[in-house]
Amino acid sequence: MDEPTLRNTIARILSGIAPEVSLEEIDPAVPLRDQVDLDSMDWLNFLVGLHEQLHVDIPEGDYRKLRTLNDLFGYLRAKLGM
Amino acid sequence: MIEFKLPSLGADMDEGTLLEWCVQPGDVLKRGQVVAIVDTTKAAIDVECWDEGTVEEFLVAPGTKVPVNAVLALLRAPGETPEEAARWKAQRRAAPEAAPAFAPGEPAPSVAPVGAAAVAPVAERRRVSPAARKLAERRGVALDALVGSGPEGAIVVEDVERAAKGVAPPVVPVPGAVVPAAERAAQMRSTIAAAMARSKREIPHYYLATDIPLALASRWLEQRNAERPVTERLLMAALYVKAVARALLRFPEFNGFVREGRFEPSAQVHVGVAVSLRQGGLIAPAILNTDRLVIDQLMRELGDLVKRARAFTLRSSELSAPTVTLTNLGEQGVDAVFGIIYPPQVALVGFGSVRERPWAENGELQLMPVVTATLAADHRASDGHRGSLFLAEVRSLLQRPESL
Repeated sequence: MDEPTLRNTIARILSGIAPEVSLEEIDPAVPLRDQVDLDSMDWLNFLVGLHEQLHVDIPEGDYRKLRTLNDLFGYLRAKLGM
Repeated sequence: MIEFKLPSLGADMDEGTLLEWCVQPGDVLKRGQVVAIVDTTKAAIDVECWDEGTVEEFLVAPGTKVPVNAVLALLRAPGETPEEAARWKAQRRAAPEAAPAFAPGEPAPSVAPVGAAAVAPVAERRRVSPAARKLAERRGVALDALVGSGPEGAIVVEDVERAAKGVAPPVVPVPGAVVPAAERAAQMRSTIAAAMARSKREIPHYYLATDIPLALASRWLEQRNAERPVTERLLMAALYVKAVARALLRFPEFNGFVREGRFEPSAQVHVGVAVSLRQGGLIAPAILNTDRLVIDQLMRELGDLVKRARAFTLRSSELSAPTVTLTNLGEQGVDAVFGIIYPPQVALVGFGSVRERPWAENGELQLMPVVTATLAADHRASDGHRGSLFLAEVRSLLQRPESL
């Protein structure tokens, strides 16, 4: 998988949950949930989206490592061997 | 003949706009089949029909705004012959002063019904035969501009054909045209305002709160979720919903409705879950028969319900069924929520955020995840003592998460 595809996939999953936000508007270094109104149900649905689209499963214990978009991209790149 | 009426869609929705019919005359209906889609200020609702029968005639055309309890269509009952149906209709047409077709005690719609049709859209009456409507769509004829030559001013195929001769490129009419977001938001706001104001006016609320330790529930969830893929994980919210549903079985005075000043307990438990809508607004559809669902199924239904609520598409039974409502504002970080009961229900159970607090137990001090659960209850249906016992039961059930 290349970087643009990863970005587009994340953007698509996010907009399915929070259609009012676009990835460009989000500061990648600031906690995501401070910028986008996401409750735990939204977060779970986001993870389900990642699971379906990228075939990546994220254990609950890793949730707290994924605070910012930078965290998320870094984590997924590692998991996808990019 | 069965009169299929627009069901109640909750205390704050007393009318809707028919968007489309999902069946045809001649279709044999199964119980619970989605028969029409009706637009309200909060969502486009799939309206289910709980009668079995054959669709005989539509009485309301798409695009028409109708009040709750308006007769939308006629169904031939199983075993009823077409002759009997015709006789029924003839009788109705001969008695234009026929009484309104609602159950006593139901709120009357804003417009009185007239004659056999017994349907009065809030806007002007536009009776259009289904064949005429289909033709109008195909030929791009705007129905509003037509004068009907059929019975009682109904628009029939001949009217459309006449108009079609002078029409240029087809325009696809959009029944229940898309409402701009700002207008929908304003409508939603006033709908909520009306229901909440009514609640505070009519319901004597009392409020109770209790702190619930969640160490056992948290640990149970953690262990369980660690063994499962993300698609099968549970949220604490699912445990709250199940615990409340089970507790209501033992405390029926919090599960039901007050109608005309009298409390009617409900035999079923349908917990309405308050879902905040992204554009602002609130809707509280029910997870049906909540007490009977195993926790995994409950979690799946909760997720699906939230998704559909936020996509503005729900079923009429989910809106008319709730026997109690649960609101979970934990994510926003507030400690407790003292809510307003959604009439005609008699209770609202609230949950705040889960936070780590020093906690004394058995003479020892420890750090404990705690949630504050609250009960807003109708004092006409219950008293504080029973309310306390109910909350204590919820607390007790959350100490045994494996039993939920």
